[in-house]
Amino acid sequence: MKFTEEHEWLREEDGEMVVGITIHAAEQLGDVVFVELPDEGTTVSKDDEVVVIESVKAASDILAPVDGEITEVNSALTDNPGMVNDDPQGEAWFFKMKVSDPSQMDEFMDEAGYQKFIG
Amino acid sequence: MSDLKQTPLYELHTELGAKMVPFAGYSMPVQYPLGVMKEHLHTRAAAGLFDVSHMGQVILSGESWEHVARSFESLVPQDVLGLEDARQRYGFFTNDAGGIEDDLMFARRGDDLFAVVNAACKEADIARMRSSLEPEIQVTEIADRALIAVQGPAAGAIIAAMDARANDMAFMDVVDLTLGGIDVWASRSGYTGEDGFEISVADDHAETLVRALLAHEAVEAIGLGARDSLRLEAGLCLYGHDMDANITPVEAALSWAIQKVRRTDGARAGGFPGADVVLRGLAEGPARKRVGLKPEGRAPMREGVEIFDAAEGGMRVGVVTSGGFGPTVGGPVAMGYVTRPHALVDTALWGEVRGKRMPLSVAKLPFVAANFKR
Repeated sequence: MKFTEEHEWLREEDGEMVVGITIHAAEQLGDVVFVELPDEGTTVSKDDEVVVIESVKAASDILAPVDGEITEVNSALTDNPGMVNDDPQGEAWFFKMKVSDPSQMDEFMDEAGYQKFIG
Repeated sequence: MSDLKQTPLYELHTELGAKMVPFAGYSMPVQYPLGVMKEHLHTRAAAGLFDVSHMGQVILSGESWEHVARSFESLVPQDVLGLEDARQRYGFFTNDAGGIEDDLMFARRGDDLFAVVNAACKEADIARMRSSLEPEIQVTEIADRALIAVQGPAAGAIIAAMDARANDMAFMDVVDLTLGGIDVWASRSGYTGEDGFEISVADDHAETLVRALLAHEAVEAIGLGARDSLRLEAGLCLYGHDMDANITPVEAALSWAIQKVRRTDGARAGGFPGADVVLRGLAEGPARKRVGLKPEGRAPMREGVEIFDAAEGGMRVGVVTSGGFGPTVGGPVAMGYVTRPHALVDTALWGEVRGKRMPLSVAKLPFVAANFKR
């Protein structure tokens, strides 16, 4: 699993990347009450706002970690946004994407690096 | 950040694992480890304990109750003189334009008036009272007492188990109680829509009392986050958001808090700042009005969301002043101001969220029925 400074994680699965937010990010957000997912098939660029997530406190954007195409979204989150708090690094993945330029992932951290990052 | 004031319960908040944030010049708990959602639901199911010591506590005294009450009526459009001993009333300070300078609770304690005002406004309120009331009225800020609220359906039994006199308190009664050996000023009131108490206690005893209350299985410490969602579901205004110096009580849908005796043709009609504007508003109705707003989808509509009368184009007819997720409602709830033709319950409108018009409807307030002890 790789981690970004935007508190997202990426996990490789069948040649695609599964993307979600970290346990730390979910704790910071508080109780999540609304998730808006992108359309499957959308082409995105790194740092595009692809997911809107609202907690009891505020609205936040989830950015595309790399360039690519959204191939699948986790529509279970729309009906049950609280999953993001229950299992952010497992069941509550946001979307899967086909990565255009894998070299964009070189800068991402491993788990130890991310733990150090959030200190 | 180092200039932030602390309440007498600061150490306890930290010990309980609260997340502290700056609020009205104080470091206050926004949430505890339970989290906003569970804190909110717990308060409606059992009892929540809130530290509201940042709020201003003020005592006015004079020659007699009549002296104090008549003088105070020069600042508020409420019936103060008619308040019975040991009773409390909701009110607001108005300005010359009829706008609301602050809202408050005021109680009669014998010949004295005891007021609780908003933290952010307390300095201005006290200055206003000192400069505008008759010089013979003493305005004393009570700076050495904490204020806590115990709210929820279990609150009555918990307080009554400590002092049986609480059993006889109805909504808005104020009584001196002794809780675990500590003398307090209690009122049966709050700002969550639930039954409960607001308790003024000497700083030195605040932590002991709060620990005794938290020892009850039914009581959890609740932060400002849940306090906000609880009062929003209860349809209660937050000063500086749902009302301010440019909004009149009539626009804020607070006309119910202006008793007949202060209205046109009442025995003590007018005589408060902006009375001409407020009384005219009562007669003619407001051009815009505070209403409940129920978004149809799941997306919360927060403060600042603009409201339109059509899904595309159309006119801007209002704005959200408080909004978020209502845990008890199980969906988004909001309130805001809309122009009068759009203020009727069930009117279909649209709120613009992230550039998209989302449907909502004007809703009856409160969103969650009040559970007061009448």
